[in-house]
Amino acid sequence: MNIIETKDLNLHYGEFQALKNINLDVSANEITALIGPSGCGKSTYLRTLNRMNDLVHGVKIDGSVRYRGEDIYAKDVDVTVLRKRIGMVFQKPNPFPMSIYDNVAYGPKLHQKMSRSAMNDLVEQSLRKAALWDEAKDRLKKSAMSLSGGQQQRLCIARALSVSPDVLLMDEPTSALDPASTAKIEELMGQLKQEYSVVIVTHNMQQAARISDRTAFFLTGDLVESGPTADVFSRPQDQRTENYITGRFG
Amino acid sequence: MTTLTPATGSALKGGLSAKRRAYSIGLRTAMYACVAIAVSVLVGIIGFVLYQGLGHITWELLSTQRSALRNTIGILPNILSTLYIVITTLLIAIPIGIGAAIYLCEYASNRKVVRLVEFTIEILAGIPSIIYGLVGFLFFVLNLGMRPSILVGSLTLSILVLPVIVRTTQEALRTVPHSYREGAFALGGTRWYIIRTIILPSSLDGIIGGTILAVGRMVGESAALLFTAGVGFTLVTNYFTALHTPGASLTVSLFLYITEHGNRDVGFAIAAILLIIVLTLNLLIKLVRRKFRKI
Ligand SMILES: Nc1ncnc2c1ncn2[C@@H]1O[C@H](COP(=O)(O)OP(=O)(O)O)[C@@H](O)[C@H]1O
Ligand SMILES: [Mg+2]
Repeated sequence: MNIIETKDLNLHYGEFQALKNINLDVSANEITALIGPSGCGKSTYLRTLNRMNDLVHGVKIDGSVRYRGEDIYAKDVDVTVLRKRIGMVFQKPNPFPMSIYDNVAYGPKLHQKMSRSAMNDLVEQSLRKAALWDEAKDRLKKSAMSLSGGQQQRLCIARALSVSPDVLLMDEPTSALDPASTAKIEELMGQLKQEYSVVIVTHNMQQAARISDRTAFFLTGDLVESGPTADVFSRPQDQRTENYITGRFG
Repeated sequence: MTTLTPATGSALKGGLSAKRRAYSIGLRTAMYACVAIAVSVLVGIIGFVLYQGLGHITWELLSTQRSALRNTIGILPNILSTLYIVITTLLIAIPIGIGAAIYLCEYASNRKVVRLVEFTIEILAGIPSIIYGLVGFLFFVLNLGMRPSILVGSLTLSILVLPVIVRTTQEALRTVPHSYREGAFALGGTRWYIIRTIILPSSLDGIIGGTILAVGRMVGESAALLFTAGVGFTLVTNYFTALHTPGASLTVSLFLYITEHGNRDVGFAIAAILLIIVLTLNLLIKLVRRKFRKI
C-alpha cells in the first residue's frame, strides 16, 4: 500500500528549480532510502512531505503530494496535524534546551492535555522505542545537552515518536555520528518499520543498501530511478545510477 | 636540499632591525599610556564623586522630603519619582519593545520592511535625548494638554529606551539556534507556542540583560525628563496619584540642587547614589549572563 504518493512535483527556490517533475511513492511499513550526491534535492524533497518548506520564503511548489489519498497542499489542511502524522528527524541532533523528559513530552503537550501518569507512560514508551530508555531512565530530569551525540539523536527519534506519527522522515540521521552510534540507529530502524513507514535520506550507499527496502536515486533535481533496493543496486536501469553506485562520481 | 638556518644565522631570530624594534617599543608604550589614561580618568571620576558624595548620604536625606520651614533637605520624593518613572517606563516599553523584536525576528517575512525598521531604530537610538524631551513636551503637553508628570515623563522615556530594548531583544532572539525552531515546527508546533516555550526561555538572559541596560538609561536620563516629568519635590506615596503629579527624578533634582540652590553637598550625595545604582546595574547584567550561561 502506498502511504505517500508524489505526482509531477516541481519545486522552485525563487528562480532556481530544485525538484523537477518528481513521481515517487512511499509504501507503508517499509524503509525508503533517498540517495544521490550532495545538493541534488534529497532534503528538499523530504521537506515537501511534511511541508517544512513552507517556512522558507520564496518557495513555489506545484504538482501533488498525497498522504493516504489526501492532498497535503490542499487549502484547508492543518499543517500542525500533518506534521504530527509525519514526523521528522534532522541531520544534526537538535534536542531542545530542556530536560530529557521535557524533550519527549514537548510534542504530546502541544496536541493534548494529559494526566501526569499518562505522560510518564508515554515518555517511557517513546524512549523505549528509540532504544534510549535504559540509558536515560535514571537521568530523565537532566538536561538533554548532557547526552552524547548518538544519544541525542535517539532522543530526537523518541521525541518524533511521542506524538504517534505514521510516517517518519529522517534526513541523514547518522551523518553526524560515530560508527557505533550509527549501527545502533540502523538497528533501531529495522524495528521502527514494523510500526511506521520510514523515508531516510542518506549519502552513504552502504547504509541505503543495508537498511532500505526501496531506493530512489536523485540527481540535480531529477528522480533518475527508483525501485526495490536490491534491484537498484544490482541491476540499475540508468547509466547514471550505475555510475553513482559504483562510485564513479558523487 | 632545504636548510632552515642559512650559514649567516637563523632566519627566525634577529630578523628585526634596530629601527623597527624601537618603533615597536614606542608603539607599545603609547598604547599602554592610552589604556592608563582611560582607566585613570574613569577611576578618577568614580573616586572623586564617591569621595565627595558618600559622606553626605545620611538616613535623613534618604528618608525625608525637603522642608522649607525646618530648612532640611530630603530626597525621598526624588528617589520615588525615579522609581515610579522606571516602573512606568518598563510597563510601557517592555511589552512594546519585546513585541516589536519578536515580530521582526520571528514573523516579518518582508526583508525590506525589516531592514527599514531596523534602520529607523538605529537612527532613533542616536538622537540626543533632549530632542525626545522637546518632542514629548510638544506632543503630550502642548498638543494633548497633559500636565508634565511622571506619566508624561515615562511616556517620553519609553520612546527613548525602545531602541535599546528592541535591539538587545533581537540580538538575544538571534542567538537561539534555528534548529530548535525546526525541531518544534516538525512536531506540529505553532509559531507562537514555539516562541513561548522555547525561544523566549532560551533568550531570557539576553532580554533581561537588555532590560537592565534600559533601566540604567532611565535612571541616568535627565534631559528628556526636564521638560516632561516636571520638577515636583513633594512626597507622593500613592503610585497612581504620582502618575499625574510632576516629580523631579534624582538626576533632575541633582541639576536643580546645584544650579538653583547652590547646594554642592546634596548634589554630590545624589551623584554618588546615581553612580552606585548604575554600577550595581552593570554588575547585575554580568551576573545574569553568567547564571544563565551555565545551563
Ligand atoms: N532555502 C533554500 N533556498 C535556496 N536554495 C536552496 C535552499 N535549500 C536548498 N537549496 C538548493 O537546492 C538544492 C538542493 O538542496 P538540498 O535539497 O538541500 O540537497 P541535498 O539534501 O540533496 O544535499 C541545492 O542546490 C541547494 O543549494
Ligand atoms: Mg541534505
